[in-house]
Amino acid sequence: MALARALLLWLACGLAVAQGSEMDQRVSALANELRCLVCQNQTLADSNAPLAVDLRNQIREQLAAGKSEQEVTDFMVARYGDFVLYRPPLKATTVALWVGPFVFLAFGIWLLARRLARRRPPEPELSGAERARAAKLLE
Amino acid sequence: MKKLWLPLGFIVLIGLLAAGLRLNPRQVPSPLIGKPAPHFELPLLHAPDKRFTQKEMLGKVWVLNVWASWCPPCLVEHPVVTELAKSVPVIGLNYKDARDDALPWLRRNGDPYQLSVQDPVGRIGIDYGVYGVPETYVIDQRGVIRYKHIGPLTPEVARDKLQPLVRELNGAR
Repeated sequence: MALARALLLWLACGLAVAQGSEMDQRVSALANELRCLVCQNQTLADSNAPLAVDLRNQIREQLAAGKSEQEVTDFMVARYGDFVLYRPPLKATTVALWVGPFVFLAFGIWLLARRLARRRPPEPELSGAERARAAKLLE
Repeated sequence: MKKLWLPLGFIVLIGLLAAGLRLNPRQVPSPLIGKPAPHFELPLLHAPDKRFTQKEMLGKVWVLNVWASWCPPCLVEHPVVTELAKSVPVIGLNYKDARDDALPWLRRNGDPYQLSVQDPVGRIGIDYGVYGVPETYVIDQRGVIRYKHIGPLTPEVARDKLQPLVRELNGAR
C-alpha cells in the first residue's frame, strides 16, 4: 500500500514537472519574440529588468489561464505597441522597414550591372597587317 | 549631371542619419493615445481602506502621473508636477512602491496630488503601458487618453505640450 502510494506520488510529481517544463518552454518561446522596453535591445526572455520579470509573469499567468500565444501577443501590443514585437507586422507604417532593404539591394545590383557593362573593354580590332605580324610571331 | 549624383546622394544620406540621431528611441509612441484610459480600482495611498477608480474623473480633464519613491527622476520632475497641479487635477499612481516609503516621500517633497492610488505589483502599470517611471497621461472629459509623456516632465514640456492641451480640452467643452 505504502509502495503504491509512493509510486503514485512519484508519478504525480513527474507529471507536474513535465507540465511545468512545457509551460516554461511556451513562456520562454513567447518571451523571446517580445522586446523588453526598459533595455530595448533585449528580449523579455533575456532581460532581468523588473518590468521584464513582471511581463514574463504576465505571459505565464495568461498562458496558464488558457489564453493562446496570439492572445497574449495582442495583449502586449495593445499596451506597448508594435514596438514590442521583434517581428513587426507588415503594415502601411512598416512597409519601408520590410521593403527598404530589397529596394537598396535592387539599387545596388542596378548600379553594379551598369558599372560592369560600362567597364567591358572594347574588343581589340586587329588590322590585316597586325594579324599577319601576329601569325608570324606565333610560328 | 553625373557629377551631381554623388554629392546629392551623400547629402540625402547625411540628412537621413541626422534625422535618425534626433529621434529618441525611448519615446515609443503609445498605442493607447485616443483610447479610453484602462480601468482601475485601487486603494488610496493615504487611506487604503478606500478605493478610487478612474471613472470618478469622468467629465473632467485630468492628469495621471505615475511615480514612485524609489525613482530619482520622479524627484526631479516633482516641482513641475507641483506647478502643473495648480491648473489641472493630478492623480498619482504610486507604482510598485511600499506605502511606508511613499508616504514619507510625499511628506518630504510635498504632495501636489489630488490623491494617489497604490499599484504595488504594477498590474495597472502594465495596462497603461508603463515602462519607465515617471510617466504622465492627459485624459479628457470622456476618459480618453490624449497625451502621454515618458520620463521626467520638464518645465518646457509642461508649458508647451501639457498646459496648452489641457486648456484646449477645457475650452472645447
